[in-house]
Amino acid sequence: MFDESGPIFVQLADQIERRVLDGTYPEDEQVASTNEFAAFHRINPATAGKAVNLLVDRGILYKRRGVGMFVAPGARERLSEQRRAAFAAEYVRPLIREAAALGIDLPTLVTLIEQERS
Amino acid sequence: MSIAIEITDLHRRYGSTTALDGVSFAVEENTVCGLLGRNGAGKTTLMAHIAGQERPSGGAVRVFGHDPVDDATVLSQTSFIRDDQRYPDDFRLSHLLSIAPAFHRRWDAGLAASLVSDFRLPTKLAIKKMSRGQASAVAIVVGLASRAPLTIFDEPYLGLDATARQVFYDRLLEDYAEHPRTILLSTHLIDEMEPLLERVVVLDRGRVRLDCDVDEARASAFAVAGTTRAVQAFVADRRTLSTHVIGGLMTATVDGPADDRVREDADHAGVELSSVSLQQVVAAVGSDSDSHAGAGAALTAAVAADPEGARS
Repeated sequence: MFDESGPIFVQLADQIERRVLDGTYPEDEQVASTNEFAAFHRINPATAGKAVNLLVDRGILYKRRGVGMFVAPGARERLSEQRRAAFAAEYVRPLIREAAALGIDLPTLVTLIEQERS
Repeated sequence: MSIAIEITDLHRRYGSTTALDGVSFAVEENTVCGLLGRNGAGKTTLMAHIAGQERPSGGAVRVFGHDPVDDATVLSQTSFIRDDQRYPDDFRLSHLLSIAPAFHRRWDAGLAASLVSDFRLPTKLAIKKMSRGQASAVAIVVGLASRAPLTIFDEPYLGLDATARQVFYDRLLEDYAEHPRTILLSTHLIDEMEPLLERVVVLDRGRVRLDCDVDEARASAFAVAGTTRAVQAFVADRRTLSTHVIGGLMTATVDGPADDRVREDADHAGVELSSVSLQQVVAAVGSDSDSHAGAGAALTAAVAADPEGARS
């Protein structure tokens, strides 16, 4: 569930963000508690707490005192904006680099993308 | 937060052998701290001192603010199962479970019973006749069910199968979340147990080599790979913890964080950067074979972790 790419709490925060983005965690709905995240992912509760705090700092989650953590209104839109901004660097650039290494020219690449879509 | 364990300049010598050579660190209350390092690094000796079973040659150990040696208050709050724990000849698990509450004020019989069932432990077999894995499971049952404010596990997984280890990790996290306490555990199964830990202390040759959060430990080094020539050029003015060369290719574990400058240099040198696991960091710390514990020296031993290593 976690790899060597970075701190576990950052990876957990990214996973929770993806679930907010795909609507698994709707806005203004409660998410799992720190201890539930810890038990589910088999990690130290302090590590799960760090992930939740990171998301509070990013404005993705907010705390209702005595109740728990909730998805912030507008979180989904904000996350899609961020991901759209990073899309070129994270997906398009590596795609073009790999295509160039394989000698696939631009028209062929476009055709491939269109084929995959249909 | 208050401090559960505080160790100051602890020395321990056995004749001409120095087991602990100026160890200092502190563990905050209600954390899970991993004690890591190679066999013979001093982990078990250090745990025995924290449990009040050994007297220091020099320096001080404080547990909940007191010297644990002969201190009934501290000892009643400590649970330490050695990996070579001995029991009377015909002593059965059922005997152990019935006397344990006398030693541990917070003993939870229900938790003990459910752990015994999860580990499928025979209650009527003499503990002495149990397999290595079963004896480990007994130690885990006592360690967890005691709910001691300070619980020490010395390589608690020896001989346990994969299912039993998963049971241990799950039950530890579950019970720790509900009943926070200070847990100190030594392990060689670093990849497997890293997610349980919040802090790590890495010992090598009786000295503390790393004492920080798990995240900081991981970020304290990075790996670089490429052609031998390119990697050598890249690491020329950097401190390497370990290197590995095979057929014109080289990888090196480099001390320090992978900051922007490192990324730029790596791009420039045509070498590939990657982050390292906690296990790689610990293996690199213990990889120097000369007698000077890596004080700025470039090391050339291959990173070789030994996950099933014998007890220290």
